[in-house]
Amino acid sequence: MTTTLKPVDAVLVGFGWTGAIMGQQLADAGLSVLALERGPWRDTATDFATGFAQDELRYMWRHHLFQNVTDDTLTVRNHLDQEALPMRHLGSFLLGTGVGSGGVHWNGQIWRFLPSDFQTKSHNQQRYGAKAVSDYDLTVQDWGVTYDELEPHYDTFDKLCGTSGKAGNLNGQIQAGGNPFEGARANEYPTPPMTQTYGPTLFGQAAAELGHHPFPHPTGNLSQPYVNPLGAQLGKCTYCGFCEKFGCGNYSKASPQTTILPYLMAKPNFTLKTECEVLRVELSADRKRATGVTYVNSAGEEFFQPAEMVILSAYVLQNVRLLLLSGIGKPYDPKTGEGVVGKNYAYQTMSSVNVFFDDKLINPFIGAGALATVIDDFNGDNFDHSGLGFIGGAYVGGMVTGGRPIEMIYTPQGVPAWGLEWKQAAAKNYLRSFSFSIHGSCMSHRGNYLDLDPTYRDVHGRPMLRMTFDFTDNEHKMSDYVTDKAVEVAKAMNPREFKVNRRTGSWSVTPYQTTHNTGGAIMGDNPRDSVVNKFLQTWDVPNVFSLGSGAFPQNAGYNPTGTVAALAYHAAHEITTRYIKAPGPLVAA
Amino acid sequence: MGSAGAAAAAGIHDGELGAPPQTYTGKVPWQEGAADAPPAALGTDFRFFTPAERSFIEAAVNRLIPPDPAGPSAVEANVPFFLDRQLAGPFGRGDHYFLGGPWKKGAAEQGYQMRFSPAQLYRAAIKAVDDYAAANFHGAAFASLADADKDKLLKGLEAGTVQLGDGVDAKSFFAMLLQNTKEGYFSDPLYGGNKDMAAWKMIGFPGAHYDYSEWVTRHGEKVPYPTVGMKGRPGWSES
Ligand SMILES: Cc1cc2nc3c(=O)[nH]c(=O)nc-3n(C[C@H](O)[C@H](O)[C@H](O)COP(=O)(O)OP(=O)(O)OC[C@H]3O[C@@H](n4cnc5c(N)ncnc54)[C@H](O)[C@@H]3O)c2cc1C
Ligand code: SF4
Repeated sequence: MTTTLKPVDAVLVGFGWTGAIMGQQLADAGLSVLALERGPWRDTATDFATGFAQDELRYMWRHHLFQNVTDDTLTVRNHLDQEALPMRHLGSFLLGTGVGSGGVHWNGQIWRFLPSDFQTKSHNQQRYGAKAVSDYDLTVQDWGVTYDELEPHYDTFDKLCGTSGKAGNLNGQIQAGGNPFEGARANEYPTPPMTQTYGPTLFGQAAAELGHHPFPHPTGNLSQPYVNPLGAQLGKCTYCGFCEKFGCGNYSKASPQTTILPYLMAKPNFTLKTECEVLRVELSADRKRATGVTYVNSAGEEFFQPAEMVILSAYVLQNVRLLLLSGIGKPYDPKTGEGVVGKNYAYQTMSSVNVFFDDKLINPFIGAGALATVIDDFNGDNFDHSGLGFIGGAYVGGMVTGGRPIEMIYTPQGVPAWGLEWKQAAAKNYLRSFSFSIHGSCMSHRGNYLDLDPTYRDVHGRPMLRMTFDFTDNEHKMSDYVTDKAVEVAKAMNPREFKVNRRTGSWSVTPYQTTHNTGGAIMGDNPRDSVVNKFLQTWDVPNVFSLGSGAFPQNAGYNPTGTVAALAYHAAHEITTRYIKAPGPLVAA
Repeated sequence: MGSAGAAAAAGIHDGELGAPPQTYTGKVPWQEGAADAPPAALGTDFRFFTPAERSFIEAAVNRLIPPDPAGPSAVEANVPFFLDRQLAGPFGRGDHYFLGGPWKKGAAEQGYQMRFSPAQLYRAAIKAVDDYAAANFHGAAFASLADADKDKLLKGLEAGTVQLGDGVDAKSFFAMLLQNTKEGYFSDPLYGGNKDMAAWKMIGFPGAHYDYSEWVTRHGEKVPYPTVGMKGRPGWSES
């Protein structure tokens, strides 16, 4: 039996980064807001206090904070002719759950995409010709929103987090010490950049010698104490080295907990319900309006929650699945290329280079989630792609996020994974090595998409999401090209030796790569090519909004959350200033 | 599940399954003194492995991380005890694994595809490897093989060139065994392995510290901090 509850103005499905941002914006506009979160409540003192936060086994390997896939996972395959099978254990990406979700156990790498990233199709077409964007069956698109439109909202997120960094482009003026390739920012970062440890410093010196433009990675690990505009206080990062995949015990990592919740939870017009999983969005008989959502709680009770507005903030994979399960938008068909929901699923193309020294103590355990010196010279369209045979790029970062020994012992080329040789190499190299991360874009492709699995079902009997994905030649060529550039930096450091871990072969569910899944609920300027408009409003059902990286028509060579947050603020601004006065489509179809 | 006592009373639990639904409005629902502290491995007895399985495990993990002057072997680091407690607990039961059907073989890229929980897999695989050893090495169990033969067999499992019976995928078992062995070697001693933090000392990892501020700019210097586990830290409480 389903119990019908009292209506609310807005219901949020999921309460991670996007849910918290939108919840705060809508609650401040005076709406009655209810957040439904499938996982538990979490706070710093209870769940990741400094007495036990530095537990590699429990948090990283036993997935203590991550989604438990026991009763719901997704199925995966590389291409259409294969049968998709369930991802039985998390690996390639570590899906979040619970209040704060990925915002709790992220690195805090805060990026803006390049202005040209928002025009992937038109920009590359204009510069390199039509073939550049159609080779390899690419299906790249423009976003329908520009960097300039998002700039104030990127700025809002920086101020929320207290992002530590150095501007490289202030209102068009290139600044020493920052990223000279970035889009113009109206303001300097709220706090100065992190102090670099030894590894990133060596990387920066070598990159500069080669004529590149190194700068400190912008971080949500704070270089100094900070009070944000919502009155939330963050502390100074202590370089504990248990950052990504862990919660921060020091209140030094920007997260919904440290930046929004103290403010939002105190508001009387905001309510959070935990252990409540939304099964689907309910639509009116004409399917043009959402009436609310149906959810089931951990006691097994089912409810219908009526709402004037439904905000999907359940992370890209569950957002797309809920759209498909609820019949919102036309599902994408990779054979005909028709339909949009599930289209252009993309990811991140990662490779790395490990460097080993005899004479330098790197001390990798002194680290932070976003601690790196990076070069952006080979990202996006920051370099001439003529004749290279690919579009896109990557940043290269000399990163030291920590030295957690189960995950992060590097051994030289040719050393086996176990036995005496491995043991001796681990003992010899642990303190004297570190890694460069080559963090690459991933263009969208006709055959990469999300739909509902025909066979596997979750504990509620709903079809699981099915992911069909592989890297294309465009991605392999891009990754090899930028990895070669990273190798040049490695050589310039004069290490004893180095090891190159290229992005070879097909995408695999192990090992961990990134939790930067994108697409499937893509944005654009018309309903034929996209699921949502530039304000993340679904074209088909105007009182349903889909937040998060699902809106990316393809993925850029940066971590996504800065852009995810900017898009959420951009949408929130339009909802609170226009939509609530006159509900309806915010962009004419 | 999470540690008993205070944590259970506060409604805190391991992962998102099984907690009661809650409604929060008007305040941050923080509870004084509540702590989701980790569950320590207690006792010294073996609860999961039979004596024959224990012989296999000791022999296998000591080939994965053998004795030498640089640091402890896996057995010296108490990895078999760690594995026993892991397999007797939530990990062994397949907490955080989806084990529903149908079960198909799949491509390597699709990852783990067996129906077995980790505990079931160890049980079946140890028998299957011992059967294989007996059939191919003159009736001997794995533990009584010469080191070179043990390594040969382990390499065969790793590469998937050794075919095992009883529905055991050799490669998946080897990958799990190696991963769990490194976990027992390098995880906090709280979980029963990494005895005396000797594996951490071997590589130079100082352990569960939480503040390296002083050392950020002291490039290339040796950090003189004593090695500590979570239990050695202020703020640790056995809740
Ligand atoms: C280890 C790790 C490191 C990362 N590092 C970085 C980084 O450095 N920089 C960066 O930019 N990004 C990083 N990310 C990615 C970042 O965490 C995500 O981009 C961000 O959290 C996405 O926010 P979201 O609101 O879309 O989803 P989430 O924060 O995941 O929140 C979604 C919420 O919805 C809930 N939910 C899902 N389905 C339902 C349902 N049906 N009913 C109710 N609730 C539901 C989930 O439980 C979850 O709480 C990292 C991620 C991981 C895992
Ligand atoms: S590295 Fe810094 S921000 Fe990250 S968890 Fe540790 S103290 Fe917090």
